[in-house]
Amino acid sequence: MNGKSPKIFPLGDAAVTVDFGNEISLELNEKVLRLAAFVEITQFPGFIETVPAYSSLSVFYDVLKIRKAFPEFETAFEAVKNFVETALENLSELPENEPRLIEIPVDFAEQHALDLEFVASVNNLEKSEIIEIFTSKVYRVFLLGFLPGFAYMGELDERIAAPRKDAPRSKVPRGSIGIAGRQTGIYSLESPGGWQIIGKTDVEMFTPENENPTFLQAGDSVKFFSV
Amino acid sequence: MSLIFQKSGILATIQDLGRNGFRRFGINSNGAMDKTAVRLINILLGNAENEAVLEIHFPAPVLEFRENAIIAIGGADFGAKIDEKPIENWRPIFARKRQILSFSKKNSGNRAYLSIKGGFQIEDWLNSKSTNLAAKIGGFEGGKLKPGDRILFREKFEKRPVKFDYFISNSLIPEYKITPTIRMIVGAEFQNLTGSSEEIFQTEEFSISADSNRMGFRLSGKPLYLLDKIELVSSAVDFGTIQLLPGGQLIILMADHQTTGGYPRIGHIISADLPVLAQLGANDKIRFELISVKKAEKSLLNFEKELNFFKIGCKFRQNQYSRR
Repeated sequence: MNGKSPKIFPLGDAAVTVDFGNEISLELNEKVLRLAAFVEITQFPGFIETVPAYSSLSVFYDVLKIRKAFPEFETAFEAVKNFVETALENLSELPENEPRLIEIPVDFAEQHALDLEFVASVNNLEKSEIIEIFTSKVYRVFLLGFLPGFAYMGELDERIAAPRKDAPRSKVPRGSIGIAGRQTGIYSLESPGGWQIIGKTDVEMFTPENENPTFLQAGDSVKFFSV
Repeated sequence: MSLIFQKSGILATIQDLGRNGFRRFGINSNGAMDKTAVRLINILLGNAENEAVLEIHFPAPVLEFRENAIIAIGGADFGAKIDEKPIENWRPIFARKRQILSFSKKNSGNRAYLSIKGGFQIEDWLNSKSTNLAAKIGGFEGGKLKPGDRILFREKFEKRPVKFDYFISNSLIPEYKITPTIRMIVGAEFQNLTGSSEEIFQTEEFSISADSNRMGFRLSGKPLYLLDKIELVSSAVDFGTIQLLPGGQLIILMADHQTTGGYPRIGHIISADLPVLAQLGANDKIRFELISVKKAEKSLLNFEKELNFFKIGCKFRQNQYSRR
């Protein structure tokens, strides 16, 4: 492995977290997704699920099943930790994640772009310049979290970064595109939220009746275009 | 076969043991707050442990049976009555067509569970019948039960079973104290607490705030401080994760927690103590006891062993009766 070795610690008594370094980086997120793919495919007895995040992977497990399957370890935690360590040693041999490129239409009209004015003014730019910079880059989906199908994407050009709202809105409309720092995300449901809203998409991020209910997944590449 | 909600109560939802496998899509597990109570009454009735039940908060609903049914109530004691006759928790109860189930007062605990022999007829969403209140899906029409709602159940019973005298032994029934000591293991940022905060955390009482719900229990107590400010990028959290909020107060994430979070993780409630915690309500007070992962696993294994004995015992009784 390149760089520092990751920290592995219990996330309660039924999950471990592998932390590659507490930062938003493509390189660390790539490691996270590779490890996730390995764990998902290997399906050790007692495995429940993984949660990939920016720079960490958490693995949830069934303590009883692990203890039965790996009696040579003193705890289920030790058994899973050992499994993860072995996986980490072989990480560089695993194939890289092939990102899907997904294009998402955004309506930047005033009635949807609730905070575009604010984002423009904190950055001393015109609204049209914010839109142009925002739509010129391909973003990575680092993780899904917060709401079903809510994708945390980045990183935004520094010129259009904006702080979260001091007081979150009690209702952000579904489909709203928000900015927080150098992250962007799409509100998959109507929800309270504190991100600066710059537009709205009609693409459904969360369709509960589908077998795969979320439109995006970690590792995807996303490009926005104005409609 | 159905149950009609004459009154809905403040928050009654359909839950099972949770929805696994979809957290990486931002879909959390939901499920019953007190999973032990659910498992106990389901086993008692001969249901699958994961059978969907009704999770009831107080003020509780008033329900009318439209057909005979066998039910069991567990978890909180809300003074359940059938028509005007008090019934006990943790026992199979025969309810007749047209009888009314109501709850008179909060005696102990904060979440009661109603299971019905044969189970409710509820469709799965992503392999679970639990209600996801935020996404308005799963369970009964994705939300809490409303007056006039009718839930179907699968089995009806012509008459009361002849032998009907089994119940859950006291050793298995959790004791719902209002000032319990809750065991936890340290979280990744525990070591970042100042010395005095670490001591406060381990010795002082914290009380459950009124604005606690199925997403999280907010605690109020002496504020805790970190040695240095920590900025964390979001990562997975779990039911039982104890986070330190920017103001110095703690929150314990509960069944409807979000899948990821970015506040410092002070600790994690052990699995064996989550049901005890889940039965607390506003102004109840807890203390934390820090234990090792090994001990946490041990208490879980011990509990599962006892539960397994109970399962075997129940199966034996149920087989006896079915042979008569």
